[in-house]
Amino acid sequence: MLQIDKLTRRFGDKTAVSAASFTVREPAMIGIIGRSGAGKSTLLRMMNRLIDASEGKFVFDGLDVTALTGRDKRAWQSRCAMIFQQFNLVPRMDVVSNVLHGTLNRRSTLATMFNLFPTEDIHRAVDILARLGIAEQAAKRAEALSGGQQQRVAIARALMQDPDIILADEPIASLDPMNAQIVMDALRRIHEEDGRMVICNLHTLDTARRYCDRVIGMRDGRIVFDGTPEQLTTGVARDIYGAGADFSEAATSTAIETLDRQTGRSKVPA
Amino acid sequence: MTDTALNTPLPQIKSDYTALVRQRRMYSGIGVAIFIVLMVSGFMVADARNAGGFWDGWHQMLDFPAGVLSEAWEKRANLPGLLWRYLPALVETVNIAIVATLIGVLMGLGLSLLSTRGLALWPGAIPLFRRISDVLRAIPEIVIALVLIFMMGGGPVPAMIAIALHTAGAMGKLYSEVNENADLKPVEGLTSVGAGWMQRMMLGVIPQVAPNYLSYALLRLEINIRASAILGFVGAGGIGYELRNSMTFGMGKFDEAAAIFILLFLTIVIVDQVSSHLRNRLIGPGAH
Repeated sequence: MLQIDKLTRRFGDKTAVSAASFTVREPAMIGIIGRSGAGKSTLLRMMNRLIDASEGKFVFDGLDVTALTGRDKRAWQSRCAMIFQQFNLVPRMDVVSNVLHGTLNRRSTLATMFNLFPTEDIHRAVDILARLGIAEQAAKRAEALSGGQQQRVAIARALMQDPDIILADEPIASLDPMNAQIVMDALRRIHEEDGRMVICNLHTLDTARRYCDRVIGMRDGRIVFDGTPEQLTTGVARDIYGAGADFSEAATSTAIETLDRQTGRSKVPA
Repeated sequence: MTDTALNTPLPQIKSDYTALVRQRRMYSGIGVAIFIVLMVSGFMVADARNAGGFWDGWHQMLDFPAGVLSEAWEKRANLPGLLWRYLPALVETVNIAIVATLIGVLMGLGLSLLSTRGLALWPGAIPLFRRISDVLRAIPEIVIALVLIFMMGGGPVPAMIAIALHTAGAMGKLYSEVNENADLKPVEGLTSVGAGWMQRMMLGVIPQVAPNYLSYALLRLEINIRASAILGFVGAGGIGYELRNSMTFGMGKFDEAAAIFILLFLTIVIVDQVSSHLRNRLIGPGAH
């Protein structure tokens, strides 16, 4: 259902993503890992059409997404929800309004400018918030919420779009371990209960292993690994991150259980 | 999933929120209504006080530009010569504007730092410096220029002083708003090493706000070129003086007026291009 064929993006003389290709046959939860600057964000942004591809093709259910323009492009964006590291909510608007922004593509500009949304949409937004456990915050301003709550509002906005794919660009990188787990659990549940495809940029390996059905590794703009979480051994991880033998994923892991696994270690290298 | 126990039942949340939405819609509806009433009534009052009446006269609005254009087109052969003839006057006008902008910006910079909460040297004197900015801003530059011309005689210096004072007031206000958005953490860092007020401002605040300062200053330069041209009308020399002569003599001199308009337009375009280039250079590559 999703085919990416030699997708490339250049910024000036720098190549951010270089001929990335992969195929997804059925809705899955896919993690993309790699160090910062590997091109993970650029790849997701090209899929949502926030930025244009320099070369290559992205086809979804027979629709050539890379060729869309204007109204068709915006229609695609409403089918392809995006979740950001910094949440990207409108801070001074209340939570439900932010969630209702998920329907902007379907509503007239004039009505949305005056914040006129149908009552059934408002009720649906509150239902989605309830599903994510933050219905009580409905009338608060988005900026008054904690990071984890804001990211769940962003997920609610994505669900309000009723999308075919959810792209998440480092959804937990600004969150503490507790909230990171709540957000990842929510994304996994959305995948399992609604059968939506979720593609998620992650910067921690253990998160990718625990939550994803398939992991894609990127290094310097290229896809260097594509396989199941079980195939993602420490050796492979060293390749993806270009790290030496001293690389230990437990050193920076955000999972609370790593503390147990690490008892008895000698000491943290200076 | 639930980090807060659901104390309030869901239907309750929904009805509370829809009630809130209804209230907000009512307020914004009232707001729109007030806006329309003010617009229409304000226009009616202005139209009633007008000597001629807007609806009778609006189609004549284009007559003057049309006259200028048609006459300038007939005498288009004169244009290059006229452009060359008025260039020195333009240089004088731009000169007035540049000197006035430089002096005004420096004064405004001092005023703004002294009137920003959290940065001011004497916090108690903030209202004083704010009022000074207000006064400088409130007096039209043409009034200052007329008074100075009366005292000192015509010429570029009164115009320069008049524009500089107005610029100082405007910049004091604009820059202090920029300063309020500056991050105070670097300033705290500099205080912690024992830096004085001037050092904190120069090294902690100015680097953060310099790009904004520069773009406001360049915008002000554009405004001041226009102001300096207008002051020529009241005897401050420069291109405004020439423009008044060619316009008040009426028909027959419109080719000169057109040449002067072209020169002014080109100057503004050049200033705009140079300023965006300068600003990009200052912010540097890779900045947002």
